[in-house]
Amino acid sequence: MTTTTTQRISFTLNGDPVSVTFGTHKTLLEVLREDLNLTGTKHGCELGECGACAVLVDGKPVLSCLMLAVEAEGTKVTTVEGLADDARLHPLQEAFADCGAAQCGYCTPGFLCTAKALLDKKPDANRREISEALAGNLCRCTGYIQIYEAVETAAAKMAKEGAKK
Amino acid sequence: MSASKNLKVIGQARRRVDGRAKVLGQTKFADDLEFTRMLFCRLVRSTQPHAVIKAIDASKALAMEGVKLVMTGADFPVPYGILPVSQDEYPLVRGKVRMVGDPVAAVIATSEELAIEAALAVKVEYEPLKTISDPLEALKTPEPRIHDYGDHGNVHKAVALEFGEVDAAISGADRVFEDHFFYQGNTHLPIEQHAAVGTVDTEGKLCVYSSTQTPHYVHRALAKALDIAPHLVRVIATPQGGGFGGKTDPFNHEIVVGKAALVLGRPVKISLTREEVFYCHRGRHPVLMKLRTGVKKDGTITGLDLQTLLDGGAYGSYGVASTFYTGALQCVTYALPTYRFRGCRTFTNKPPCGPKRGHGTPQPRFGQEVQLDKIAVALGMNPADLRLKQLTPANSITANWMKVGTTGLRECIEQVVKRSGYREKWGKLPPGRGIGLACSTYLTGAGLPIYWNDLPHTGVQLQFDRSGAVVAFCGAAECGQGSDDVLAATVAEVLGLTTRDVRLVTGDTGITPIDLGSYSSRVTLMMGNAAIQAAERAKALIGQAVSKKLEIPPDRVVFAGGRVFDASDPSKGVSWQDAVILGESMHGTLGTTGSYKPPPAAGKFKGGGVGPSPAYSFTAAVVEVEVDKDTCFLDVKKVWIAHDIGQVMNPVLARGQVEGSVYMGLSEAMMEESAFRRLPANLSGALVHKFPSLLEYKSLTTLEMPEVDTVFIEEPDPNGPFGAKEVGQGPLLPMPPCVANAVYDAVGVRVDESPVTPEKIAKALWEKEHGREARFGPKEFPKIEWPEASKVKTPFEGGDGTASNEKPRKSKLLASGFRLAPDSPGAKVEGVKS
Repeated sequence: MTTTTTQRISFTLNGDPVSVTFGTHKTLLEVLREDLNLTGTKHGCELGECGACAVLVDGKPVLSCLMLAVEAEGTKVTTVEGLADDARLHPLQEAFADCGAAQCGYCTPGFLCTAKALLDKKPDANRREISEALAGNLCRCTGYIQIYEAVETAAAKMAKEGAKK
Repeated sequence: MSASKNLKVIGQARRRVDGRAKVLGQTKFADDLEFTRMLFCRLVRSTQPHAVIKAIDASKALAMEGVKLVMTGADFPVPYGILPVSQDEYPLVRGKVRMVGDPVAAVIATSEELAIEAALAVKVEYEPLKTISDPLEALKTPEPRIHDYGDHGNVHKAVALEFGEVDAAISGADRVFEDHFFYQGNTHLPIEQHAAVGTVDTEGKLCVYSSTQTPHYVHRALAKALDIAPHLVRVIATPQGGGFGGKTDPFNHEIVVGKAALVLGRPVKISLTREEVFYCHRGRHPVLMKLRTGVKKDGTITGLDLQTLLDGGAYGSYGVASTFYTGALQCVTYALPTYRFRGCRTFTNKPPCGPKRGHGTPQPRFGQEVQLDKIAVALGMNPADLRLKQLTPANSITANWMKVGTTGLRECIEQVVKRSGYREKWGKLPPGRGIGLACSTYLTGAGLPIYWNDLPHTGVQLQFDRSGAVVAFCGAAECGQGSDDVLAATVAEVLGLTTRDVRLVTGDTGITPIDLGSYSSRVTLMMGNAAIQAAERAKALIGQAVSKKLEIPPDRVVFAGGRVFDASDPSKGVSWQDAVILGESMHGTLGTTGSYKPPPAAGKFKGGGVGPSPAYSFTAAVVEVEVDKDTCFLDVKKVWIAHDIGQVMNPVLARGQVEGSVYMGLSEAMMEESAFRRLPANLSGALVHKFPSLLEYKSLTTLEMPEVDTVFIEEPDPNGPFGAKEVGQGPLLPMPPCVANAVYDAVGVRVDESPVTPEKIAKALWEKEHGREARFGPKEFPKIEWPEASKVKTPFEGGDGTASNEKPRKSKLLASGFRLAPDSPGAKVEGVKS
């Protein structure tokens, strides 16, 4: 067996400070799933082709299968498990559940993280912009249309809530 | 079974019961499972397409610290396979490999990385055999045989069925159309790769968790291949991250981790890579077709003679069924008075083909619907009118003895024609722009089980207690289609509750009643009917207690809105929880069961068991495309689709099934293909996947997916729960021919082969410019030695469903799986028309 060097890093994960030790060669995806037990983030290829493993690193969508975990030192990482506000679902989560945007649900965490990055940057994104932002996420179930509708529904809800505040 | 529209849960838009967990990342897929002391398995896969295994040397792997076990074919003497007639797989191959990717050895180690490293250290010595790359080569090369069973040589199965005097009917027609088509193979591409964990549970029994659509069949395969009493086996189907038919075979890796767990006494997990998923395959068969159709001047079809040639790949899988399915549904869509079907499946040294969404029917659907378009053009008719004049009527028996109940196809066609402006646009759009129409039919559950038995196809068990809790148990596997939601909604509807009031335990062969699996669009209808029966029985028990308490006759007891009350005085009643308490007080612990078995098939001939279904869905679709005049790039602008669903269970999910089917159908029509290439001789000449990755196996992204206009036709079917029929597969079927027909309308050339790519359009245009036939596609069908056709008189000729040249009911095929269910009461077809 080849000897594996290990690395210890600290970063903010879903709002909480964490420190974790892992094999240096591991990707962020592997460390999240295998060393931090956050299995909400999925893998469909581990080659950066499907978008299932997308998470947010400092607010930007990143394919966690292509990022070495050591690069996460000092960053803020958000996974699907960190989208809800305590027991309250994020508007995107509500809308994905209600609009049929999650069928098998396997690509859903990646879509949610990618869509959140879009709406954080562009709260009034139109369908073309939504489509372009999500073009790197593959879904085999929905035909994408209900995903668009969910993002639009969430955007409208977020705008309404923002206006109230 | 109520067809009443007074429904409170069914048909209402609601969040699916598993929706919350999915958006929170809580849903545990197979690879998410973690057990203490868990080990990891990696398969050593063949690098050779066809070769005898001379030696396997695992000494280096076994010497690695942390490697716990290496197994080979010697550890697995018993074969398995999904069909009783094709028990041709071993968990690890014995003797010879038949394709690149065949599992030769399994390594179990303390980490996944170590298992991978150790697997690479296993040396396998091969003696290459001649390889067979496609069906034409298979027909020409009887030796060496890939398998030592099958019809002959490398022909796995050849079948021939003849209904009525088809030759006379075709030759006597005004016009005869003879066309060749090729439908390319493609794969399911679920985003979740297959994974499984073998464990020995706290009772010391085998329990395998797997991303399988068919836990019951995996259970049977485990018991058989590992020689364990079936009741000591348990399979838990984890929610699947997409299936589409790709997780309906029992797989070698499931049996391997089961055995490894038993040997080592520790949990053993395997997670396939994307490349391995491509080699598991069981996807769409590539099919070459020839259709010879007789047509009268007015467009009436007099007969169809269909031949299909399937590239089966290296194993049987569902292939015998797939072969019959390529000929099963032609007459269900259109009222063909005579019909002949001949189908042949060959073995080749490639990953095995099997069932993908639409199982065996999208290929001939492509041929039939494109040919109808050609006929309409030749006769100067509108393609919609050509179809409308010969739809299979409701409550009829077809020439090939399929019992058709309800059909909404006429309305489907009328809807899409109207909404798309098809009549105004067809033949009239500007150059480069075109519109195409196609129709289809699909089964709502196969009429017969995979293996012969007299048992229900599904069961539902309900348990009630004094807390008001309702627990529904069913073996159905949730592959994303929403079967859990259907179960909860059905029980809730009957008992006047909401889906939140029902807890579910599904897809666990250790504790749930058996359901045959999530395939053939069977779950909503079969599980739904079983759930209604179980819930109605509970209603009777609880209603009896409430009627006594309220001192009213039982038939006045109503279950609605979470209460049980007097129909004539709704204020007089009890809460649901109190009703259950009354029921439990009167009867003791409350539990009920329900089950379902489809009505018997009408055909009594060999092969008549593939195609019958309790109900058929119907679909019509129109697609508008634009073809770039310079690049031939194909852009689908919009899709209009109407689907005869009987009754929508949940409109959110039903629309998702239609749009998802449209997406997958378009993707197959435009780009998906399982393409293989041959490595040079010094690399074994292996047939390997050209594109075993999600990036290079092209599928539609958000950028190519067009707008979809979806309409449901809801005419309740008496055989469906609340009248419901299938929706998960049928809407895929019209897409490929729609696209091909629209391309013809746009640029005047025929692409008679899927996928319809810019390159093929350009080639067809080139042919046209040079004065040759304006098409791209196959030009001939090989000569095949067909078996003597089973000659069956059609119902219109007064036939009785038997073949005149066949001893009834004793063929090998029938005896081993495709046998007709015995007659059961209550299933009758009314108003059979001739």
